[in-house]
Amino acid sequence: MVLRAALALARRSLVTTLRRPQFLAPLLIFPSLFLAINTGGLHRSTDLPGFPQVHGFLDFQLSAAMCQSLMLGGVGAGIATALEIEGGFFDRLVASPIPRVSIPLGRIMAGSVIAAFQVVYFLALGLIFGAHIAAGVPGVLLVLLIGIATGTGFAALGVMLALRARSASTVQGIFPLVFVVLFISSAFFPRKLLSHPADWVAAYNPLSYVADGIRDPIISSITASTVLEGLAAALGIAAAGVALSVVALRGRLRDA
Amino acid sequence: MPAIEVQALEREFKGGLRAVDGIDLEVAAGEVYGFLGPNGAGKTTTVRMLVTLLRPTGGRALVAGHDVATEPHLVRKRIGVALQEAALDMLMTGRELMELQATLHGIPPADVADRAAALIERVGLSQAAERRVGTYSGGMRRRLDLAMALIHAPEVLFLDEPTTGLDPTSRITLWEEVRRLRDEGTTVFLTTQYLEEADQLADRVGIISAGRIVAEGTPAALKSEVGRPHLDLTFTEGADLELAREVMARFGDHRPASEGCHLSIAIAGGATEIAPVVRALDEAGLLVASLELVQPTLDDVFVEKTGRHLEGADNAPAPAPQPEAEPVA
Repeated sequence: MVLRAALALARRSLVTTLRRPQFLAPLLIFPSLFLAINTGGLHRSTDLPGFPQVHGFLDFQLSAAMCQSLMLGGVGAGIATALEIEGGFFDRLVASPIPRVSIPLGRIMAGSVIAAFQVVYFLALGLIFGAHIAAGVPGVLLVLLIGIATGTGFAALGVMLALRARSASTVQGIFPLVFVVLFISSAFFPRKLLSHPADWVAAYNPLSYVADGIRDPIISSITASTVLEGLAAALGIAAAGVALSVVALRGRLRDA
Repeated sequence: MPAIEVQALEREFKGGLRAVDGIDLEVAAGEVYGFLGPNGAGKTTTVRMLVTLLRPTGGRALVAGHDVATEPHLVRKRIGVALQEAALDMLMTGRELMELQATLHGIPPADVADRAAALIERVGLSQAAERRVGTYSGGMRRRLDLAMALIHAPEVLFLDEPTTGLDPTSRITLWEEVRRLRDEGTTVFLTTQYLEEADQLADRVGIISAGRIVAEGTPAALKSEVGRPHLDLTFTEGADLELAREVMARFGDHRPASEGCHLSIAIAGGATEIAPVVRALDEAGLLVASLELVQPTLDDVFVEKTGRHLEGADNAPAPAPQPEAEPVA
């Protein structure tokens, strides 16, 4: 029953997301703009000593665009959940005879599907503008895997925040945090070229490992350690996000 | 076995606000129970506890034979809920929402579409089933909300102020549906702030004020308890209302007045006492702008029990058929 209800709710979340383009568009438009600006303005960075061998700066930046988009996806999942709480639809679901855990799970599963779409979009965008996927089809599959796990985690964190805050405006307030977390990671620049303490902070930021894990199959043949670290970080974010959202749901129901 | 059995139910919120203060009630299977009270009386808090959305802080409640605190999952299987201000997803179509509700209530996948279509037809929304709910009128949303609450043929149906804000035609449509449900044997727990709604629909009425049930019984029994009709008088502007009050006090007890120039007394003799009252007022030089003899209503019961009028008792719109506006997508 958990799976059937969660799938039905995930389907509904996807349908309503597609019908709310004002929520979906920022997930693609902002990161695409950042990607265009960074690639156009900072492409000489590849000449810096110690910069990884890449086909082009676009190849390097694709990972950052995906990470940014996936984090914004999490904010979107949180806002959608908070709007359901504010509008009373969440109460309708809670009053239904379904395992209550399927309520956040449905939204999180929808986040996974949207994450897959986001990854495919940026890979396609990159390929259209001349990027190469160095590791070929297996590389694409690895990028998808890490991207979906990361998107799942951020969606879960968004849902957790919504269950705690119960207000869409509060969830929307974390929007700037997305950029802070991105800029203190190695998403935009190689970690070994960051100065201290940025390199130290990036080393403790799980997003650095996700970004590196997504980037590796794009810019080089697959480096097992980098990809595995990226996958582990992504799965860690997903596991923590799902667990925290379930705890937040229990807390909310307990407080009722 | 009663469909709903409540003993000393309490709900105290953080900060010490006691929204429901030890209520007892019992609703028989197949009965329509009207839960009447003004805004803030505790109606919605009571319903939210009975439908397992809110934990009681004291007392006990059994719904369809199951304890709302210890067996909430069993309660949820047996009840239908249409909460205040139909909480629907405006981006989904009526059919999509019905099918989602059917799935969430465990209806077998093969039956979901048929069941949804049958209920959409029952509430007269077949033509609008493929439209997004955001394009529906208030009455259509309420009907859809009701249909969703009925998707699994619940034993007990909770309707929280189902007609608040609706136009008279939509209200009548919902009333007819509630009567039909009663005829089919569904127990209905209906909260309302409209006297006429409780009077028209409920087999029994519980009147709640400040978190406590102040009166309970059939509408007829409650009104006969109050017994006497009352005389409502409106005086011309500038009339000496203190003098009027003194004169009228000779004929009956004053009731709380609704407005400045309006006085009301309960009179024992009914229509036979109108003439003496008017004569006495005339002799005192008081001009009456209008006069009405009113038979006891549930508002009188409320006044009798609480000393004040039920909010909206004077302005609850009376149902009168008129075309319902249905926005176009």
